[in-house]
Amino acid sequence: MENAMKTPPAQTWDDNVVLSVEHLTMRFGGLIAVNDLSFNVGRGDITALIGPNGAGKTTVFNCVTGFYKPTEGRIVMRHGAGLQADKIEALTRTGRQFNDDGDDRVFLLERMPDFEISKRAKVARTFQNIRLFGGMTALENLLVAQHNPLMLASSMTIGGIFNLPGYRKARAEAIDFAAYWLEKTGLIDRADDPAADLPYGDQRRLEIARAMCTKPHLLCLDEPAAGLNPRESTELNNLLQYIRKDHGTSILLIEHDMGVVMEISDHVVVLDYGQKISDGTADQVKNDPKVISAYLGVDEDEVAAVEESIDMPVIHGKTKPAENGEGGQS
Amino acid sequence: MSAAVKPGLVADSVKDAAIAALLVAVLGFFFFALRTDIGTGGLDLTYRWGLWFIAIAIAFGGRLLLNLFVFKTAKPITGGMSISIPEGVKSGIGRVLGPVLLLIALTLPFIVMAVYPDRDRQFIDLAILIMTYVMLGWGLNIVVGLAGLLDLGYVAFYAVGAYSFALLAQYFQIGFWTALPLAGLLAAVWGIILGYPVLRLRGDYLAIVTLAFGEIIRVVLLNWYEFTGGPDGISGIPKPSFFGLDFSRTGGFAEFFGLDYDSIHRFIYLYYIILILALITNFVTLRLRKLPIGRAWEALREDEIACRSLGINTTNTKLTAFSIGAMFGGLAGSFFATRQGFISPESFTFLESAIILAIVVLGGLGSQIGVVIASVVMIGGIEILRNLGFLKEIFGPDFEPTQYRMLIFGLAMVLIMVWKPRGIISSRNPSAVYKERKKISSDMVAQGEGH
Ligand SMILES: Nc1ncnc2c1ncn2[C@@H]1O[C@H](COP(=O)(O)OP(=O)(O)OP(=O)(O)O)[C@@H](O)[C@H]1O
Ligand SMILES: [Mg+2]
Repeated sequence: MENAMKTPPAQTWDDNVVLSVEHLTMRFGGLIAVNDLSFNVGRGDITALIGPNGAGKTTVFNCVTGFYKPTEGRIVMRHGAGLQADKIEALTRTGRQFNDDGDDRVFLLERMPDFEISKRAKVARTFQNIRLFGGMTALENLLVAQHNPLMLASSMTIGGIFNLPGYRKARAEAIDFAAYWLEKTGLIDRADDPAADLPYGDQRRLEIARAMCTKPHLLCLDEPAAGLNPRESTELNNLLQYIRKDHGTSILLIEHDMGVVMEISDHVVVLDYGQKISDGTADQVKNDPKVISAYLGVDEDEVAAVEESIDMPVIHGKTKPAENGEGGQS
Repeated sequence: MSAAVKPGLVADSVKDAAIAALLVAVLGFFFFALRTDIGTGGLDLTYRWGLWFIAIAIAFGGRLLLNLFVFKTAKPITGGMSISIPEGVKSGIGRVLGPVLLLIALTLPFIVMAVYPDRDRQFIDLAILIMTYVMLGWGLNIVVGLAGLLDLGYVAFYAVGAYSFALLAQYFQIGFWTALPLAGLLAAVWGIILGYPVLRLRGDYLAIVTLAFGEIIRVVLLNWYEFTGGPDGISGIPKPSFFGLDFSRTGGFAEFFGLDYDSIHRFIYLYYIILILALITNFVTLRLRKLPIGRAWEALREDEIACRSLGINTTNTKLTAFSIGAMFGGLAGSFFATRQGFISPESFTFLESAIILAIVVLGGLGSQIGVVIASVVMIGGIEILRNLGFLKEIFGPDFEPTQYRMLIFGLAMVLIMVWKPRGIISSRNPSAVYKERKKISSDMVAQGEGH
């Protein structure tokens, strides 16, 4: 199984890449939170980014979505199919943020400000600690997410003030689109309730619905299953499968819940201390001794011994090794 | 009461009151008991033991009563004071309050002339003043209430508007109606120029820097003597005309319409100008709230980082809020200039910003009706104090009620903040509705930067 890691077979996510992170390094003063990290996110895949607490997962997200400027590295987002390597090299040399050719655009995310990444590169995200607009209703939350198209439709507010028909139509469509996602996330009955009033699980789903209202090509979810009960967790799995299948949105998620990760991800990337220690399918990764040792907090050679002495949760799937990881790393 | 007495209630209360009295005794010793006057060859020391004892007694008595009946008792008598209006009545009042206030505002000059024919000028002038503050409150409400940016220097834009008109009139002989849009535009441009560096700051820093910018504008106006007249100000600012007709004794408005000349005409005209300006402010704000830009302002107040993750350019969004707020401040400013006929930097001190901010905060952040109520109470309240002649009969001829207005002001503010910490109108109306309009309690609504 170690061999699988060393000479990786050509995987689908290396052929049809939506996002590639190349040699990403993020330093905070002396602390290296992410160290020379490279991985690909396949188009239409659900890719999981896992690792013990403090491994640097959220930092990777913040770099991808522009909230941090990476110290080094390149992050490429592709809207068109294929690797488009020549185009990307050319773009990198020009110093521009993205090239403007129709549907086949490529974006260098490390050069773009955060709001442009959502607006143009179409990368949406949720947050580890939920960031909803608490005093606004669920519906309003989803309308804020459609700000840019609505701004255009209101001709930068002028047409909106006079309530021109073009704006009225766009507004009705925006409400319909929001209602569609509220329906999908099972929140339609709470559409007119303030977001802060919703139970925790609903808030998590509302945040996903809000991200989807920006019509993203890539959806980044930071621990979407944290704090959910088993039933909500299953619903979340179904929702993510649905988003991937019916909307063709690629998903990159950070998750501690191995049940969720193993069940739905096509591709798993494992981080520890800011470095990639494993990259492959769920099966490959969960049998990788490096991953096991990282999660148990022991050296690689000790893994076999430890495995024998305890009932191995990582190997046997559904239980949560996250707790072990937390205990072991902190 | 007697049934509810807890054991030790009286003893506890007396002990607590005694501690309070002791504090007053210590603190008050230098303020009340000793008094120094400048006398021959040094300071004269006089003792005022009577005053000192009275202060201690008031503290002891007041604290004791509060303990017995409010703080420590099981059944505080203030329990009945929080009026609970049933929800149906409340929303009913909410629905009719706006139109009723509008109707009163539209007919006010004629009501005043009918009811107080001998003091109509004074009252209409007061109404104009209140209306100016309503407009300023509504303008600032966009910045503070909707976008959640604590602006302590709003008066700067009021000043820019006033001086724009005054200077345009002085140097180019431009009339009010031409200068009005120019003043609004200039103020908006100033809003962008000031806002661009300032709006990168967050929280308390934003508040302090806006305060400083407000002062800078005033100091520049004060010191640029050749251009602005410095402390002498600018006088002879023209009055607005009515479609080319002046409100003069001959050949003006009265003669044209075949009326007898009366100076009240000009007051009524000014009243309607500011009423219309304020209503435009209100209309635009209410419309903007329901448009994407207004929703983005409110989202910004709730969570700036989430806004950016949704593709909203927060710098531009803040700038629009800042400059639209500034524009309305500027319009109000040029109205102020034409009403006064004379302006000087003295009218644009920090106190002015504080009053406008107090109106917005007391009214309830983001609430339009709240601003109206707060302006009437605060500005009207100050004026009423001037007219409380009967207080002189109680406290003697030396008693000047207006001197106590800041004290009463502060007291009123403390009371409102205790009773309704989120302002008089403390609920939010959603900007879009799917099925049923529900009010959002202010506990859930964030206040934004620097609150
Ligand atoms: N803005 C920052 N400034 C300084 N250090 C930071 C910053 N953000 C993250 N770090 C550090 O980088 C490291 C990685 O943090 P990160 O939040 O990415 O971990 P994580 O993998 O998301 O962990 P968790 O599973 O607990 O969410 C941590 O040591 C953290 O303290
Ligand atoms: Mg994290």
